[in-house]
Amino acid sequence: MNTHLRKYFRQEHLPHIWCPGCGNGIVTAAILRALDRLGWEKDRTVFVSGIGCSSRAPGYLDFNTLHTTHGRALVFATGVKVAHPNLNVVVITGDGDASAIGGNHLIHAARRNIDITTICFNNSIYGMTGGQYSPLSPTDSVASTAPFGNTDRSFDLCRLVEAAGASYVARGTTYHVTPLTKLIERGFEKRGFSFVEAITACPVYFGRRNKMRTPVEMLEWQKDAAVPITRAQKMDPEELAGKFVIGTFVDIDMPEYTESYERLLREHASDRGGG
Amino acid sequence: MSSSEVRAEDPVVVDRHLCKACGICIAFCPKSVLGADGDGIAIVERPDECIRCRMCEFRCPDFAIVVRSEEDE
Repeated sequence: MNTHLRKYFRQEHLPHIWCPGCGNGIVTAAILRALDRLGWEKDRTVFVSGIGCSSRAPGYLDFNTLHTTHGRALVFATGVKVAHPNLNVVVITGDGDASAIGGNHLIHAARRNIDITTICFNNSIYGMTGGQYSPLSPTDSVASTAPFGNTDRSFDLCRLVEAAGASYVARGTTYHVTPLTKLIERGFEKRGFSFVEAITACPVYFGRRNKMRTPVEMLEWQKDAAVPITRAQKMDPEELAGKFVIGTFVDIDMPEYTESYERLLREHASDRGGG
Repeated sequence: MSSSEVRAEDPVVVDRHLCKACGICIAFCPKSVLGADGDGIAIVERPDECIRCRMCEFRCPDFAIVVRSEEDE
């Protein structure tokens, strides 16, 4: 293990529980490299997760960590951030946790533009429970609950979060790990709600059922299907079928929730406790 | 010496305790530095070819690889 990153792990819990070739470890290491570059202190940083394979990540991290209930990581994270606005609050969530069970919380955290960075590990499937399709499973992909192919259309979660009002929205992949690390770092720096979707591989429950028999084939798929946003802007929708866009979608400055709330409290401080 | 032992001069160090033999580092090394032992665990086969791009370290899902900087040696 990299000596720089060693201090961030609860070493006694490694090796981790994730399957061989699961991309969750790649995203987790990218998160640690990003915060290491920014010099974030362990005692000033809180990781909050929901339920799912990706939500196991904070258990391996030697920070303040909260492993909460399914879909509700952003609720707990909002409480932490409002109580202690000076802490760095990071949510680690999966595609099902963020878009299905916790979909409404995601919308409203983005709408408030609260200063939380959410990293969504998108492995296209509910891995922990045996490979059921999620709202981010591609149309026609095979899942344990869609043996003849998934008829649902899949969410573009980045567009959803953009529309809901986040300050920063980006997508990367575990194949493009260096740009992914930079996107996460920028999300950490951003004051406001930041959302980074990290496309990651579930070789066991997604790959094997979808003609990608090895972790290496899954990374080849990420390499081939990812289209940088600058190139995608020049392409027709038909050309983009079966592909996904990577890069930064939103990077703007807007009023942040805890700052607005504190200002409100200051302005009305004289109204309080007056009897 | 068996090929799976860590040699002091190797630019890439693989932690056998953490490696789960997924093969990602081997497949994507631009210089084919890495190979697999009988258990699929990554081993350094061509250390002289390493350009220290660190992609094996960054893409390792198991935190098992370190590419040492030249100052470390």
